[in-house]
Amino acid sequence: MSFSGSDIQAELAFAAQSAQGEEPPGEQPGIGPYRLAWRRLRRNRVAMVFGVIFILLVILCLLAPIYSQDVAHIGPNTGNLTGQIKVGGKLEYVLSLQGIPIGPTWDIHHYFLGADTNGRDVAVRLLYGGRSSLYIGVVAMLITMVLGTMLGIIAGYFRGWIDAVISRVNDLVWSYPAVLLGITLGTVLNVRGLWIFHSTTLLTTALVVGFVYIPYVVRPIRAQVLTLREREFVDAARQQGLGNIRIMFGEILPNVASTIIIFVPLMLANAILLEAALSFLGAGVQAPNSSWGTMIGAGLQVFPGAFHTVLAPGVMLVLAVMSVNIFGDGLRDALDPRSKAAI
Amino acid sequence: MARFVTRRLLTMLLMLFAISVVTFVLFIVALPGGNPAAMIAGRLANQAEIHLISVRYGFDKPIYIQYVNTMANIFDGSAFSYQQGFNVLSQLGGDAPATLSLAIGAGILWLLSSIALGTLAAIRSGKYTDRVLTVLSMVGVSLPPFLLGSVLIQYVGYKASLIPLGGYVSITHPLQWLWHMLAPWFTLSVLFIGFYSRVLRGSILDAMGEDYVRTARAKGLSERKVLVKHVLRMSLLPIISLWGLDIAQVIGGGAILTETVFDLHGIGWQAAQSIGNFDTVTLLTIVMITALSVVVIGALIDILYAVLDPRIRLT
Repeated sequence: MSFSGSDIQAELAFAAQSAQGEEPPGEQPGIGPYRLAWRRLRRNRVAMVFGVIFILLVILCLLAPIYSQDVAHIGPNTGNLTGQIKVGGKLEYVLSLQGIPIGPTWDIHHYFLGADTNGRDVAVRLLYGGRSSLYIGVVAMLITMVLGTMLGIIAGYFRGWIDAVISRVNDLVWSYPAVLLGITLGTVLNVRGLWIFHSTTLLTTALVVGFVYIPYVVRPIRAQVLTLREREFVDAARQQGLGNIRIMFGEILPNVASTIIIFVPLMLANAILLEAALSFLGAGVQAPNSSWGTMIGAGLQVFPGAFHTVLAPGVMLVLAVMSVNIFGDGLRDALDPRSKAAI
Repeated sequence: MARFVTRRLLTMLLMLFAISVVTFVLFIVALPGGNPAAMIAGRLANQAEIHLISVRYGFDKPIYIQYVNTMANIFDGSAFSYQQGFNVLSQLGGDAPATLSLAIGAGILWLLSSIALGTLAAIRSGKYTDRVLTVLSMVGVSLPPFLLGSVLIQYVGYKASLIPLGGYVSITHPLQWLWHMLAPWFTLSVLFIGFYSRVLRGSILDAMGEDYVRTARAKGLSERKVLVKHVLRMSLLPIISLWGLDIAQVIGGGAILTETVFDLHGIGWQAAQSIGNFDTVTLLTIVMITALSVVVIGALIDILYAVLDPRIRLT
């Protein structure tokens, strides 16, 4: 399905008017493509449910400081190596004498999901770790989408040597396995520090993850722009004397918008997964920060005694990625109902 | 045709050269592995000895000479790891059986399962079976291998004692080998099955609407024959080219996560070790192997496509 720029402008104008509570004068205008897609999406109950689950996960992780301070009364990095807590009326050590941490107590105030090997509260760390994972996922996705879209449009619009350079660099990045490239860049940046920050931040990992996936967006956008630039409305814009920048971002960009929207959840899911993989291998988020990936990696080091320290972040990770994927699948069906192909 | 093939092969060589330069700069220049001469000389060496070694191995030469030397060493098999002290190629040769066992076994498993599941989902499109398979494939693509692997090890391996807790046994003990490879094969396959079966389902549904399929039906072929001889033949092409590239990545150490979690000492496991040790030469070699297999298989697929489909422009 392709939209022309004027369709979208009409849709925006219509939306603006209805927002002001005014019916447009004259005859009833047709329903815009995005409004139609939104209607189809709303009818897809599975996609909507998983969309809501993801939003709830985000809210839960944003509430981490409140849970930490007001409910659990323990910070994410507060260890408790020798303490005892009351579970079901009797006192138990947080860490057994063999160093095995206590499992889930299911008591919302103390070690709801158990402790890790340093006696830290897994539930509190889970929420703080989720903040890192989701933050990196979103920032990396934005980096991928913005740079990927810009490069794709520029390559497809100008063609010639600009296209050749962008496409070859693209192929170059593509021929590395994503995880291998990710850990290499992650290790280099984590050891040397990012030049602006002189130390490692969550942004380091976000940059690495975002960079790795850029080619996956450039290719389809470029292919689409290659055909779009031959269309009449681009000629018309050029006849009106619009410059290249205006044509690229004013005329062509709105026409690849549905592809971009489809890629957003897909790239978000991939970014969260790659961040977890890098952090699991030690090339992602560095202490004192934590993420679901670092928690899983740390949990596996006390195998087999404390599997709840692996399972808790693992379930959150899969739930987050799966809900983004299923919502994204519904979004694609809604925006492009003719395409049955899935990614 | 010959011109197209030559052109494609030349591009491939240029690509490999570019990859090797980028990787070299990234690893040798940007990764602070310490002074390699000091590392070889050991802790008790004095300045003169370190200088002697750095002259002997060419660490005092300009960077492009070092590049040429390193590449020459990698290709003639004399490169050795400054950090871990082994000959890189023979070490990776020792790692290859584990990786090849993983890649070939899992590759067959995920290709056959996704053809079966994708076809099933397409012919039952919109029905209950299709929906269940869609949800399952969504779960599959959302499961990171290191998590699925550790869950299998904990519950099926440790609690139920049905599978070993990891490690690789040489294929000279076929039963032990099979027993050790089952869980890794499954873990690596799940991710790909979810993705491939969705792609195949889509391309079968697209092909169903094509004219040649209507013609096949019109001339009275059974539904089964139409599906196998006409629909699947076309729909399998994209799947097989994807499969080629993914297998190439796995062989080149791309299954880092699966190999790490199951403690399979293969090329991916070695890559993870090398990163931990800042072992740049080993890492460089592994990346070159991966890039080589990806680029070669990519070029083969392009040529194969051009042979199979005359509509592709040979420019």
